[in-house]
Amino acid sequence: MFLDQLPSGQTAIVRRVGDQGTNDPVACRLRELGFVPGEPVRIVARGPFGGDPVAVRIGSTRFALRLSEAARVELEDQP
Amino acid sequence: MNGMSSPEVVADRLADRGQKPLLAALVGNPNCGKTALFNQLTGSRQKVANYAGVTVERKEGRLHSPGGRRVRLLDLPGTYSMQATSPDEAVTRDVCAGRYRGEPAPELIICVISATNLRLHLRFALEVRQLGRPMILVINMIDAAERQGLSIDIAHLSAELDIPVVTAVGIRRGGADQVLTMFDRPLPHVPQGPAVPEGDIHAEVRRLMDLCVRRDTQPREIFGERLDRRVLHPVWGMIILTILLFVMFQAVFSWAEPLKDLIDQGIAALAGGVRAIVPDGPLSGLLTDGVLAGAGTVLEFLPQILILFFWILVLEESGYLPRAAFLLDRIMASAGLSGRSFIPLLSSFACAVPGIMATRTIQNPRDRFVTILLAPLMTCSARLPVYALLIGAFIPDRSVGGVFSLQGLVLFALYALAILSALLVALVLRQKNRHAEHPLLLELPDYRLPGLRNLALGLWQRTQIFLSRVGTIIVTLSVLLWGLSSWPGPPPGATGPAIDYSLAGRIGHLMLPLFAPIGFTWQICVALIPGLAAREVAVSALATVYAVGAGESADAADRLAPLLSSQWSLATALSLLAWYVYAPQCFSTIAVIRRETGGWKTPALAAGYLFAMAWFASFLTWHITRLFGGG
Repeated sequence: MFLDQLPSGQTAIVRRVGDQGTNDPVACRLRELGFVPGEPVRIVARGPFGGDPVAVRIGSTRFALRLSEAARVELEDQP
Repeated sequence: MNGMSSPEVVADRLADRGQKPLLAALVGNPNCGKTALFNQLTGSRQKVANYAGVTVERKEGRLHSPGGRRVRLLDLPGTYSMQATSPDEAVTRDVCAGRYRGEPAPELIICVISATNLRLHLRFALEVRQLGRPMILVINMIDAAERQGLSIDIAHLSAELDIPVVTAVGIRRGGADQVLTMFDRPLPHVPQGPAVPEGDIHAEVRRLMDLCVRRDTQPREIFGERLDRRVLHPVWGMIILTILLFVMFQAVFSWAEPLKDLIDQGIAALAGGVRAIVPDGPLSGLLTDGVLAGAGTVLEFLPQILILFFWILVLEESGYLPRAAFLLDRIMASAGLSGRSFIPLLSSFACAVPGIMATRTIQNPRDRFVTILLAPLMTCSARLPVYALLIGAFIPDRSVGGVFSLQGLVLFALYALAILSALLVALVLRQKNRHAEHPLLLELPDYRLPGLRNLALGLWQRTQIFLSRVGTIIVTLSVLLWGLSSWPGPPPGATGPAIDYSLAGRIGHLMLPLFAPIGFTWQICVALIPGLAAREVAVSALATVYAVGAGESADAADRLAPLLSSQWSLATALSLLAWYVYAPQCFSTIAVIRRETGGWKTPALAAGYLFAMAWFASFLTWHITRLFGGG
């Protein structure tokens, strides 16, 4: 599953951030912001129009990501 | 490592003590409280170089350590990483590495991290450590971390990193004392230890956190997250945003009124005093018609401008602005932009210059370009004096539906027209660029109560800039214009008003063919020229032109308004209002666009399209109003 499909309020664990094409600056920045394997993430809120963007909590920080950005974050399967 | 920092050189530097100030630079992630700490350390001894350098807003402050060491402190733009993705971040990277042109490498790097966000900020600190320069680590907001039940083993962390570590509370008086004492110590040595490979940097952060950070209580949902559920809620969030913006614009007009009256009376009293002392003649004319009519009419609008800045500062300081960007991202996306563009555009309501500078945080070059082109369309505070004067003179003070005032509605319509036009322009520009990605990737920082000290400092800087504008550009132009409208005097036996024969009169008549089709008089043409330097001067210029023309003094907007309403048709007034919605004539904006884009292409494009839009909007307004009998 990918982060853009995660239901609001549910916690999941990051498996990896996938690049789109080579040298994907968005994926690179996501990793720098802490989206690294093993980190728990949760969706705090969704945007008013079509649920885009999403507010994601990782560590003690919240980030606003567009769905296309969140789709780069692959999550561990839920038990 | 770096030969510059061998023990001998460090000892040499210490010998310099008392001669050369120490050059230190603050770096850190956005939202680490770096600016509050900078304000705390340097107080009002700051120099904000207005837009010096090529792309950097350079904030430098001076301070004395408790031991008397002089320090020059540089506040570098916040950045998440040394892998810069925006012009702002590139500046920080290059200055830290000593590679920025014309900027000496800082002798000491002060890396500020927030105790509430160690995981993210320690990663950056490790990156800074890799630079191999003397540095200290400041763990800021330590009070908030203690409230969250976090305890940090400072000594252990310092030993692991081989870097001196101190704590601070940037928003509390005395909260930076530990940082101050660090300036009296010898420069720390370059941190030793193996470099951490890029991929392992997160693992290293985790190791350090396991070693040095203890959580005494179970992690609970932080207050900010609960608040975000409301503030970012699809329905509640939009309602809160609308109310905030509405209150902000209302406040600008209603709160300012008493203060405005006070300034108005002060100027009128001053002009009366001058006339009583100075005998009638050129000098009295220069002082009352030139200086007081010029500066006074503009000065009156200081309260409104400060209230607008106050609101924008509060929204900024409290951490609300990124939330607004979150809520509006999709609307911005439909115009081909991202929520990131919202913050520069909102700042442009105060002034396009800081707004355009704020576009540096936009990574996508195309988005940045479009945002820069749109920023001048946001109704800046310098246009308020023009709007207020014309609305006061031509729109009857009537209530509509018992609730709204007609004058207020017209003002709202002018703002709305500007925003709609911006959307339109954005849509036109979007056509060319359909497929590229516009990253949002915005941090939603913790909410904070805006610190009074920071608010006061921000407003004080604004007041200084405004007053120095009034004192220099506006007074100079007003005096110059007064001179141009007074000389040469009319030939003997002339019958028309004196200004018809003056240089200003001739220039106005020369410009008239271009502006007559949109209903402008030659007096308006004259007023447009000094308006190039500062939009609000157009008001004082009208005051001067009409004061000289009528042979009497119009020292305040109060007396100018009835004069205008007796001389202009409604169509002309509305046409001028429409002109100012687009109003391309502002040298500072054009200059900052040139600096930010590094060429004349974008500023020429901006000036060109704004001029065309202004002309056509005025043309339509004039003709439509005449059609309905307003001519």
